[in-house]
Amino acid sequence: MGHDYKGAKKIALKTIIILAVVTVVEVMIALTGKGYIIEGYHAPKIVMNTLMIAMSMYKAYLIVFEFMHMKYEARGLMMSVVLPVGLLIWAIIAFLYEGNAWKNNRKVVHDRDKLELTVTPPKTE
Amino acid sequence: MATDTLEEKHTDHSTDNGSWEGGEYPFKVGYGKLMIWYFLLSDAFSFAGFLIAYGTLRFSTPTWPVPDFVFSLFPFLEGHHPLLFVTFMTFVLLFSSFTMIRAVQEGHRENRRGIVLWMFLTILGGLGFLGCQAWEWTTLIGREHMSVTTNPFGAHIDDGIYLGPDGKESAETFKAHSSYLIHRMDLEATHAEGEHGAGEHGAAEHSGEGEHAKGGHAEGGEHGGHAYSAPGDYPDAVVDERGYVHRKYLVASGDNAGKIMTENFGPKAFGALFFFITGFHGFHVFSGVLFLLTILVNVMGGVYIARHNRNEMVEKIGLYWHFVDLVWVFVFLVFYLL
Repeated sequence: MGHDYKGAKKIALKTIIILAVVTVVEVMIALTGKGYIIEGYHAPKIVMNTLMIAMSMYKAYLIVFEFMHMKYEARGLMMSVVLPVGLLIWAIIAFLYEGNAWKNNRKVVHDRDKLELTVTPPKTE
Repeated sequence: MATDTLEEKHTDHSTDNGSWEGGEYPFKVGYGKLMIWYFLLSDAFSFAGFLIAYGTLRFSTPTWPVPDFVFSLFPFLEGHHPLLFVTFMTFVLLFSSFTMIRAVQEGHRENRRGIVLWMFLTILGGLGFLGCQAWEWTTLIGREHMSVTTNPFGAHIDDGIYLGPDGKESAETFKAHSSYLIHRMDLEATHAEGEHGAGEHGAAEHSGEGEHAKGGHAEGGEHGGHAYSAPGDYPDAVVDERGYVHRKYLVASGDNAGKIMTENFGPKAFGALFFFITGFHGFHVFSGVLFLLTILVNVMGGVYIARHNRNEMVEKIGLYWHFVDLVWVFVFLVFYLL
């Protein structure tokens, strides 16, 4: 157990340092994107967001596979936990698309609501 | 179930009929550890649902408060420090995750003193994080007057120029997508002071308002120390019944160019989502601290040593605690970074 323990301790220390560094870089990227780091320079949103999402995924990988020890568990256990998470990929795409569609239809819905107010109700005898 | 006995069972599974006898552990973990993994999987889906709801609502509105404007205060520091405080919070939680893994490692060694030390540090980290969150919420509610249904943080759609106290365009301009905070003045306090009705009080009120503007966001919120005595329509702002000051501005670009408009509240969903999602995460941290305390007491009492399973219970609470940190990675990404 002795060697094992030393190795594990080292890995934990290495992982936490990587996590801390990645977090700082992420915040720097967020602030650069909003124009805080370089005066008046707003970095392109798509590039910055992609970078930050990728880095967060990497952080998640480190936490699950090193801190939560998933790397050293049986393959079946790993698959049974990690694969279902893949369902979220479609959930994210579908819901964000839906949200965007709401935004694009806001004006249409707004105009239609106005239209209904101005139409005089048909006379019933 | 003890892992060392599991391995023994596992070696003789080459004799074919063994699988039907039970006693096989294809995932090579005990029941409790397997189940906490599945619990965490289901919890991950809950959080994912909430964060996706946030994304959907954010995508569905034309403007959204910019996080580095909303979260830019730091205790005991003046002025604007975008994201500094939440980064600090993230580090507190991250390091409590590190102390937790150290506790688990000491648990594998059956080193009781080590477990107690590192678990104690983890609890401190958890409490520190909760304290930070309490400060963050207090600031948002008490100082910036955000609530579940009222969101004073908004963002401009077009460029524009603020109106001055005389109702004419002032030197203060803003660009499209820049953020603003609708300040709230304390109507009752102003009223009480008004009863005394002296010029001196007016001056005191004046500086008080200025201080508020400085403390609660300089950018877009600085109001030249102007004070309003009652709700109503002023040349440069509309003060509503609850005391929120909606500043007036002249639109300089876009479809509405040339019109005079007032700052509206930001998307309502922002406050509700923020308090609900960070609250749900905070509740996880809080219950995690309670579990940690319980297990710490049991470790000190020697409960897990007697089980001869290399302190698997410490490992289980470790999994839960790392999960809380994992969720924070995404809450941090979605709420503060993007």
